[in-house]
Formats: sequence, structure tokens, C-alpha cells
Amino acid sequence: MAYVAIADRDAPIHDPHTFIEKYIWSQDHKVIAIQYAIVAIFVGLVALVLSALMRLQLGFPDQFHFVDPNRYYQFITMHGMIMVIYLLTALFLGGFGNYLIPLMCGARDMVFPYMNMVSFWVYLLAVIVLLASFFVPGGPTGAGWTLYPPQAVLPGTPGAGLGIILMLVSLGIFIVAFTMGGLNYVTTVLQARCRGMTLMRMPLSVWGIFMATILGLLAFPALFVSAIMMTLDGTLGTSFFMPAINSMGGTPEHAGGSPLLFQHLFWFFGHPEVYIVALPAFGIVSDLLSTHARKNIFGYRMMVWAILAIGGLSFVVWAHHMYVSGMNPYFGFFFATTTLIIAVPTAIKVYNWVLTLWKGDIHLNVPMLFAIGFIFTFVHGGLTGLFLGNVTVDLPLSDTYFVVGHFHMVMGVSPILVVFGAIYHWYPKITGRMYSERLGKIHFWLTFLGTYAIYLPMHYLGILGVPRRYYALGDTEFLPQSVHTINAAITIAALVVAGSVLIFLYNMIVSLWKGEKASPNPWKSTTLEWQTPDTPPHHGNWGPRLPVVHRWAYDYSVPGAADDFIPQTVPVDARNATGFGHGEDKAPR
Amino acid sequence: MSNTAIVVALLVGVAVWFAVASRLTAKPWENREQKGDVGAIGISPARIGLWVFMAVVTSLFALFLSAYSMRMHHGVGWCHLTVPRIAWLNTVMLAGASIAMQLASSAVAHGRRPFAQTALVAAGVLSIGFLAGQVAAWQAIGPTLYYVQGSPAIAFFYVLTIVHGLHLLGGLYVLGSAAHRFAGGAELVDLRQSVSLCATYWHFLLLVWLAVFGVLLYL
Repeated sequence: MAYVAIADRDAPIHDPHTFIEKYIWSQDHKVIAIQYAIVAIFVGLVALVLSALMRLQLGFPDQFHFVDPNRYYQFITMHGMIMVIYLLTALFLGGFGNYLIPLMCGARDMVFPYMNMVSFWVYLLAVIVLLASFFVPGGPTGAGWTLYPPQAVLPGTPGAGLGIILMLVSLGIFIVAFTMGGLNYVTTVLQARCRGMTLMRMPLSVWGIFMATILGLLAFPALFVSAIMMTLDGTLGTSFFMPAINSMGGTPEHAGGSPLLFQHLFWFFGHPEVYIVALPAFGIVSDLLSTHARKNIFGYRMMVWAILAIGGLSFVVWAHHMYVSGMNPYFGFFFATTTLIIAVPTAIKVYNWVLTLWKGDIHLNVPMLFAIGFIFTFVHGGLTGLFLGNVTVDLPLSDTYFVVGHFHMVMGVSPILVVFGAIYHWYPKITGRMYSERLGKIHFWLTFLGTYAIYLPMHYLGILGVPRRYYALGDTEFLPQSVHTINAAITIAALVVAGSVLIFLYNMIVSLWKGEKASPNPWKSTTLEWQTPDTPPHHGNWGPRLPVVHRWAYDYSVPGAADDFIPQTVPVDARNATGFGHGEDKAPR
Repeated sequence: MSNTAIVVALLVGVAVWFAVASRLTAKPWENREQKGDVGAIGISPARIGLWVFMAVVTSLFALFLSAYSMRMHHGVGWCHLTVPRIAWLNTVMLAGASIAMQLASSAVAHGRRPFAQTALVAAGVLSIGFLAGQVAAWQAIGPTLYYVQGSPAIAFFYVLTIVHGLHLLGGLYVLGSAAHRFAGGAELVDLRQSVSLCATYWHFLLLVWLAVFGVLLYL
């Protein structure tokens, strides 16, 4: 079965005969990708509603009695965990990874299609277990998305009974699902590329997803370990993380555990997780910029090396999330240094994106708008990261709205802009239909300006000292009245941005039926997924013969060429015969 | 955690080295025809999948052992675990299973069916014996819940042995599947990869157990 992915073959693979085999228990990577995406977007919408409810309380305190303090903390926790793990990780790797890797590498499918299918269903189980916690006595956990002990399992914290257990079990199940998917992604990239698709001819989207998967495979075990140990602390009364403590007038039977150990384990996963989300976004945005600027990506090799460097360095910066935990000050110095070092390859990527745009033939269509928007928000979030990466600056800003503004900009808004851009970019290939460009642009501007209206003022609030995680600020002397006004304005902006998602959903759903029929390659793109014989691609992707790659993925605006793009499948020596001629082999740098 | 960071850095280093070895210095914009590199690393997808999986499991156990070390040094109330004697016998059985798997793999590769059968059965029996021995080790420690609550070292012993045992059970499932095909008269050449991968996995699980056992004994 494994070799099916890299074989010429006359008959379709998997041979689905029934509706269920084709669309439900499907082993086709494209169907699995769409299944992943639908579930991830659904659960992401749940998290979006939770954030809107939180903002209502923060902007208009005590006006919405449904949001009491316990529920507020439950909403915070579920919002954070869902967005980071169940939406972004699942959508980038399970969704885009599944759809793009075989198509962009020229394979028929993942190398282990059955395991790929099981991966999705186990992911769905993880989501169901997570959402089930809304319906158990005590509700979901309100421990905050970092689930710090001891409070996560102590009575008094919302959802300290079943809620936290279901969260930990769900995370464990998710990691099993991710591991099955991740094995597929890595092995497919290494072993199922079509003839001519060398590693250095792979589009950067695949590079980003590939490296993110490796990070996930090595980092998620840390979350798995901490989830197992905390489950045992919460259920059997072990003391891995739980110290001796008096709680709510009682004395739980724990003694001697180390809450700091949990923080180390959590952030050993947590920081690579930032790049698990960011690297696919980096890769995808590189492809969007190059395609829609009609220009080869600037510094391809440097982009690949930067992805590898960021991946390696992301494992040695975790404790910059713990400057206020009381750890050894020398640790702070070390982790501040590594944090600054990781900014170097990241900055290289930003320069290269900007230089790709320089003198390009920029088409300001919807995917391009989102890609350019990403550069703004990512630079913004990256610069505030420099503040927080330095110990002495982080200390006063820690646990303020500055942090909330920073991480939402860098790993909330930025990846989500790429998600939207990528959906708009590949929608014609996935569905065979175009969408309303006008609605797409309205969606972009509402999202882009709206998120700035939300998160830019948060930095100001943070510098004023407004603490995060507070259910209500009340009247406090050090906070001027303007803080409350700003909070109300942020809430209004948040509701507008949340509402704009409805425009996106409407556009995507209605276009399935009413959208104009898409041509096979509407963006005139070079990469393989746009060269399939059918749109949307059928099972097996390529018909009887696999494609053969003759060039890199970025031959745009090659001097002397008839068109402003040359697909990867066009032979170098056949350029004149195919109309894709160009005067010299070497593309401009 | 620093130990874990080193292990993970090594694993990432191997991946990076592999990528570098695969000509990361190529200049893809120079459209010289390059020879297709499908299967260029000459390893089957299943074997690559297994190696990636073993990297994941290595990360898992490295983190568990780091947690063990940190809990010992940073927590309070640590009592050192006296490892039950039967754990030595279990170690011998797992080593025997690993050797038997290697012999089975070699026999399958050379077409010696009767010897392969004996070796596969021996590997299965010794592996099941190892698991049974681990259960006996738990009983040798004493009343489970009482000690698990009272001693983090014992709690770690349970967690580590259970997680390791579950990985061995997964291996036994795959081995059982190969043995079923073997008993059904499948050609040895068709079983070669499965048995060879099982042998690799068994060696790996032996190494993991030796690391766990060593930490439990000497740290």
C-alpha cells in the first residue's frame, strides 16, 4: 500500500465504491483534509463565541449575568486551548498538511492512507471529549489554558472535577491523533515525492508544514507526559506536581510535588507549539506572496535554512515564558539570549517577504491582501516579543494586557490571517468554484482593521498595568477611567471581527453552489497542485501517470518567457515547444 | 529538562543533518536537470515511519526521565525506590526477546522457515513473560494505591512500566499480525519487512527499558 503513493497506476487507488467509503471513511488525503478543516473550523467557531462572551463581560461589566466569574474562567481556558491546539494545529497540519503535501510533492496520497484516516477520527474523538466537558457536572476546567497546578486540580477552581480530567484526556487523544498524522506527513515528504521533486525544489508551504510536523512530533510528548502525570495527581492522589497545601479549608493528601516541573514540561511543549503554528504559516505566506506578486521568492535557500534554524532553536527558548516563576536568574539570562537569537532567522524571513514584494507585479486580490496583512501583524507581534523576551522588561509587563496583545498578534491574528488567505487561495482547487471577491475583501478589511482595533489598545492597557485574567477590574486608583472606555471599544471591535467571520462562512458556503466555475489554474501558479488533470483533483490526483518536475516552484516573470509563470512540470529543454520559453536558464535573483 | 533538551536537540540535529546531506545547498533556480530523488535515501516508507515513531517515543521517555530527575531534586519527600529483584529477570527476558526477534528476522531473510517459526514463538513468549514479570514487580512493591500516593518514585515506577508495556503491547499486535500471516503460509519474502521492522522495534524497546531501569536503579 505504501508504494501506491509514488507509483504510476492506471486504476484509482483505495477504490472507493460507496458514498461512505468516498466521503466518510475515506482514505483520500483530500477528503481527510476537508474533514479536518470542517471540524477544526467548527470548534474554532465555538472558541470565537466564547471570546465574544468574555469580551462582553470585560467591556460592559456585570451587564451580562450569564457570564459569572466561574464561567468567565471556563471560557478563557476553553478559548485558549481550542484556538491553539484544536483549531490552529489541526487546521494547519491536519487540514493544509493533508491537502497540500501529496499534491505539492506530486504523490497520489499519503504513504499510510489508512493510518491517515484513523488520525482524523481520533482527532474528532478528542474534540468530542473536550466539548463533552461543557455538559458534565461542574463544567469545563477554568484553570487557564496553561493548566498550571496546583490550582488546576484543586477544589475552588471551576471544573476541578471532571472538567480538568476531560481536558487532559482529550489532549492525550489529540496527541495520539497528531502522531499518526505526523508520521504520515514526514514520511510522505521524505519518500513520496515525484521524480524531479528534490527537497530544494519543494514549495515553502511543504517545508513549513514538514518542519512544523517534526517539531510537533518531538514537542507534543512533553504535553502528553504532563497530562498523564496531572491526571494521576487529580485522580489517584499522586504528588508529581502537587505540593502540600491547604485548600478551601481542607488539606488534600498531596505532598512535595513540584508545580515548577509542570511549567517546564508545559512550556517545553508550549514554545515549539508557537512554531508548530507559525512555520506552516511562514511557508504558505511565502507561496502566496510569490504567486500573487508574480515574482520568485527572494532568498529561497535562506528561507529553507531559516525554517530549519527556527525549528531547532524553538526547543531552547521555552523558559522565557517563566521569567516570573522564581527560577534561577542565570536561566533567565540564557533564555533571553536564545530568544533574541531566534529572532534572527525570523527576521530574515520577514526581509525576504518584503523583498519578494519589491518591484513585483502585485495583484491585490483576496489571498494577497491576507498575506500582506500577515506581514504587518507578524512584525507587530514580533517586535513586542522583543520586549517580553528580555527579563527586565518582561517583569513589569508580565501578566498584563501587553502580553495578551503580543501573543494574540503573533500567534493568533497572524496565523489566522494566513489561514484565511490560504483558504481563499486554494478554494478554487478544492471546490472547483470561485468565490465573491468583493465579500472576500470586505472580510479582509474588517478582520485586519478590526484586529488592530482590538489588540493595539491592549498594549497601551498593559503598559498602564491592567492585569490580564481578571473577571472585572472594578474601580482601582491606578487605572484611569479611559481604561474602561478602551475596554468597551475593544469589545465592540471584537464583536465586529467575530461578525465578519459570518461573511467569510457565507461566501464559502454559497460559492459552493453559486460560485463561478474555476479554471484549473486561476492564479497562474507554478506549483504542482494547480497542474492536476481534474479540478477538484480525483482520487489518486494525477490520472495514470505521475507528474515529473523539472524546475523549482518559483519561476515567475522569467525574462524572455512567453507567460509570467512556468509550471514545475515544464521541461527546461522543451520551453520553446510549450510556449514557456525563456532566454536563459537562470531566473533573476 | 536540560537532558531532554539535549536529546531533542540531537534528534533535530539528525533531521537537519539529513536535510543538509540532501543537498540543501542546491540552487534550485538554476534550472539544470537534476536526477529525480524518489527513494533516493533507499529506505522503505514503513521503515522511515518506524524510525520517526521511535524518535517520538525517545522524546516521550526522555521527558519522563527528565521529569523523574527534576521531581527528585526539586520536589520534597522523595524516597528512593528499591527496584524489585524480578525486574532483573524481566530485563533478561526482554533481552532474550530482542535476540529472538533478530534471529527470526535473519531466518526469514535467509528463507529458513522452521527456525523462523521457533524464533518468532520464542520472541512472543519472552515478551509476554516480560509483561507478566512487570505485573509481578508491581505486586512485589506492595499495595498499589497506598504506595503510589505516598511515594513519587513508586508512582514513577508504575507510570514508566505501564507506558513502556503499552508500547510493547503495540509491538506484540504487529508481531501477532505477522505471525498470523506466517502461520497462514505467507511467503517469507512477503514477511521479511514486517519481521525486520519488529526486530528493530524490539531492540529499541530494550534500549528504552535499559535506560528506564538504569535511572530507577542508579539515579
